[in-house]
Amino acid sequence: MKGLDPQAALKDMLLAGLVALGLFAPLVGLRTDVSPTGALFIRTRWTDVAIIVGLVMAGRLAMHIFLARREARAAMADLSKPGRFATQAAFLARILGPVLLGVALLLPAIPGIGRYELDLGILVLTYIMLGWGLNIVVGLAGLLDLGYVAFYAVGAYSYALLAQYFGFSFWLCLPLAGILAAFWGILLGFPVLRLRGDYLAIVTLAFGEIIRIVLLNWVSLTGGSNGISGIPRPSFFGLPFSMEGGPGTFAGFFGIEPSPVHRVIFLYYLILALAMLTNWVSIRIRKQPLGRAWEAMREDEIACRSLGINIRNTKLSAFMIGAMFGGFAGAFFATRQGFISPESFTFIESAIILAIVVLGGLGSQIGVAIAAIVMIGGFELFRDLEEWRMLVFGAAMVLIMVWRPRGLVGSRQPTVVLRERRRIGSEHVAEGRG
Amino acid sequence: MAAPILEVDALSMRFGGLKAVDEVSFTAHAGDITAVIGPNGAGKTTVFNCITGFYRPTSGRLRLHRDGRATELQKLQGHDIARAGIARTFQNIRLFPGMTALENLLVAQHRPLMRASGFAIGAILGLSGYPAAERAAIARATRWLEATGLIERADDPAGALPYGQQRRLEIARAMCTSPLLLCLDEPAAGLNPRESVDLARLLRAIRDGEAAEGEPPCSLLLIEHDMGVVMGISDRVVVLDHGKKIADGTPAEVRADPRVIAAYLGEGDEDEVPAEAAP
Amino acid sequence: MAYALQQLINGVALGMIYGLIAVGYTMVYGIIGMINFAHGDIFMVGAFVALITIVLLLSGGIMEGPGAIMLVLLVSMCVTALYGWTVERVAYRPLRGSFRLAPLISAIGMSIVLQNYVQVAQGARVKPLEPIVPGGFTVMTEGTFVVQVSWMQLVIVLVTLAVLAVFTWLVTRTALGRSMRACEQDRRMAQLLGINTDRVISITFVIGAALASVAGMMYLLRYGVIDFYIGFLAGVKAFTAAVLGGIGSLPGAVLGGLLIGLIETFWSAYFSVAYKDVATFAILAIVLIFMPTGLLGRAEVEKV
Repeated sequence: MKGLDPQAALKDMLLAGLVALGLFAPLVGLRTDVSPTGALFIRTRWTDVAIIVGLVMAGRLAMHIFLARREARAAMADLSKPGRFATQAAFLARILGPVLLGVALLLPAIPGIGRYELDLGILVLTYIMLGWGLNIVVGLAGLLDLGYVAFYAVGAYSYALLAQYFGFSFWLCLPLAGILAAFWGILLGFPVLRLRGDYLAIVTLAFGEIIRIVLLNWVSLTGGSNGISGIPRPSFFGLPFSMEGGPGTFAGFFGIEPSPVHRVIFLYYLILALAMLTNWVSIRIRKQPLGRAWEAMREDEIACRSLGINIRNTKLSAFMIGAMFGGFAGAFFATRQGFISPESFTFIESAIILAIVVLGGLGSQIGVAIAAIVMIGGFELFRDLEEWRMLVFGAAMVLIMVWRPRGLVGSRQPTVVLRERRRIGSEHVAEGRG
Repeated sequence: MAAPILEVDALSMRFGGLKAVDEVSFTAHAGDITAVIGPNGAGKTTVFNCITGFYRPTSGRLRLHRDGRATELQKLQGHDIARAGIARTFQNIRLFPGMTALENLLVAQHRPLMRASGFAIGAILGLSGYPAAERAAIARATRWLEATGLIERADDPAGALPYGQQRRLEIARAMCTSPLLLCLDEPAAGLNPRESVDLARLLRAIRDGEAAEGEPPCSLLLIEHDMGVVMGISDRVVVLDHGKKIADGTPAEVRADPRVIAAYLGEGDEDEVPAEAAP
Repeated sequence: MAYALQQLINGVALGMIYGLIAVGYTMVYGIIGMINFAHGDIFMVGAFVALITIVLLLSGGIMEGPGAIMLVLLVSMCVTALYGWTVERVAYRPLRGSFRLAPLISAIGMSIVLQNYVQVAQGARVKPLEPIVPGGFTVMTEGTFVVQVSWMQLVIVLVTLAVLAVFTWLVTRTALGRSMRACEQDRRMAQLLGINTDRVISITFVIGAALASVAGMMYLLRYGVIDFYIGFLAGVKAFTAAVLGGIGSLPGAVLGGLLIGLIETFWSAYFSVAYKDVATFAILAIVLIFMPTGLLGRAEVEKV
């Protein structure tokens, strides 16, 4: 095959146009609307259909030309060597980590960074933390969990309820939220120990939904869909952030002008610290026998058993530790928002967190961070698109997967080295069947 | 005669109506290489999977002797059998392909390392003597990599190794669990003649405790099709046919046993005629 | 007694809808081993196409009799099948032979795309539709309680059975069905034997989508309101049904659908509507814990 075959391309373009016409004529061309009387009527929008079909055809043609040109170039010089991108990405990943951490640490001090940017930073860091937490379960242990948001919810509600009923402070509740979420991790982990792959996925999804529905319907405890409001905001180790200033407040203690940004900056550093804790623990555990056992279990459960590794405990420990970080993140979410309701813990959240892990590259810390920045930051960039935003978000998920099925950083870093550190290409790394 | 290490006593295994193994008894002795052979469908793999805890036998007993005490293997869970002192390899190699050869060997030392790490908590906090334990584990892994000629490939992913090296790595990994009895499921399958000879030498060295420095002798139990390997290295051969034991003795005795010849010839599989494989 | 009978009728009608969607999940899973997460949204698209066609026919004054219903069914099946085909082509085929999680994420992305596409194209508001097939007949009366079967429920059960019969014939008796089963057993071997596996997979998606569109139309006619979000919950329930019945098993999918429909209806009737989904999911979890491959699924034996 050399160059573009105009006849075939044209034929394919027409076919694509025909398919597009079949797809879009009914659903875009015929818009059903509810009339004031309550009956439905149809509004036609044939120009829109024509535009879309035209775009699809043009896009298809452009793709053909692009592919033909790439093929021609590939024929001349073998550019499409596999692994070229991987080495680049590996190199980037090495320098990118410290650079990103530096930027994150200095972010509040950078001129032009206001409250909005910091809020966005907090959001991205929350997802990075959740991604790293889920990465333990999915990326390292190879257990496909579609209900991770449940632990986020357990953490958030633990803090909200403990603060509401017992007046516990945030600093006391943070570890408690983590412990409670870890406990739920074990509790939900037990029944699914024997399940594999997609069965595990659907049961974890079911557990996530069960917890959400219970939160929604147990009105006397959780306030149902109204949620819990007035959750205490965090204090700076006992010093509240107050606009009045004066002694005993954060601003008063340090003798600075009270400002609402102080609390945002504090929250920012708090989530940064929590995320870095997650990262640090993940990295340490990976180099421990427990982390190696997780990865070995992902690679081959039966071989693990033959080496005397207790699969049950190993799985439960992964569920537990992953859930614990979800719980920490949940407690943070509750104190940041001051208000929580079951609406924040729907399946789509689990899907987004899982997408971040997979898009980043299973098991790769830096990949997860980049994916969270791209997905959540990108989502925020498109906020002017309003209802189109989710459409773009979903399409981006599909495109990134098609482009790099193994995620941004697909290779694996060995945990221990005898002589020479080599990265392990993704073709060898299993993704687990559990 | 040496002390028994594994006693298989009236082992039976049923799958539905099929009796795959029928009242098989034999004994593997300490310091021996015991081979279980038989035509296809004789029940070798089933016996093997019962011993290594992947099947639970329908009836019968499996006693592992360690320091004068006997452990009833049929009562244990899969991973506890490994902990009791039985290590195994798999017919279709089961390494951790995305982990390096060295990592594979460290996973095999999971239990002592886990204890040293204070079940992960101590080691995360940087307490305990974990680094020393890990250094020792790496040193042990290194010895086994040297013993199996894989030291150059220590930092390569196991999945990238050629077939023969994967087989040896799997044996090294099993040995890193410090077993009393190493069970090998067709270790010579797919090896070329030169590799088979190397393998036989390695297995004998393991039996005599000379494979790697500081390693005690280890008894072996193997299932094998390759008669050359079996007859060359085994101290004792158990022959199964149709789920029943038909012969048990030294290679020379078994080779001369008319029932064994009948079983192999009866199957009509010429590759497995013992006479042909004998040198 | 009468109350229970009424619930039974309602539950079977609902279960048929779940069963139809579940067949699509199970078929795709059987052949390419992936959860087609966007399948619930394909069902939603089918409901919308049916709605648009019905409104179109109503405004033309020709929405009368079984002929019109057949026409709506046909249009909905064709358009939705095209959606199923396109989704496979765009989001899954490039990932064929790739890692297991990549198509899953791609499918979740596709699900988000379809939902929001319909929201943008058709608006976020709930679409109410006047009953097309009103009325019904009385089965029995007990005291003041009247057990009713609406014509619509009857249509649902009959259409579902007819569609499933045709479909079963297709899978068990035709060359296409043989190719599909061959691909299910061993895709590479099927390819070596000269089966165009890409085509078979495409056809699987097309059939799955067509069945989902039937379910979508039945849902629309039964409940009379749809919005762009109905696909998620129906999809999750249908997937639950497929898993419950043993994923990969066609009778299992229908059985699972019926069970989920019955559990949901009876739970709502006797216990609490609010917790009906909890009941469904809890039963799923319990069944899987004791039968890890579902009710009619083949046990997966791992050779060592």
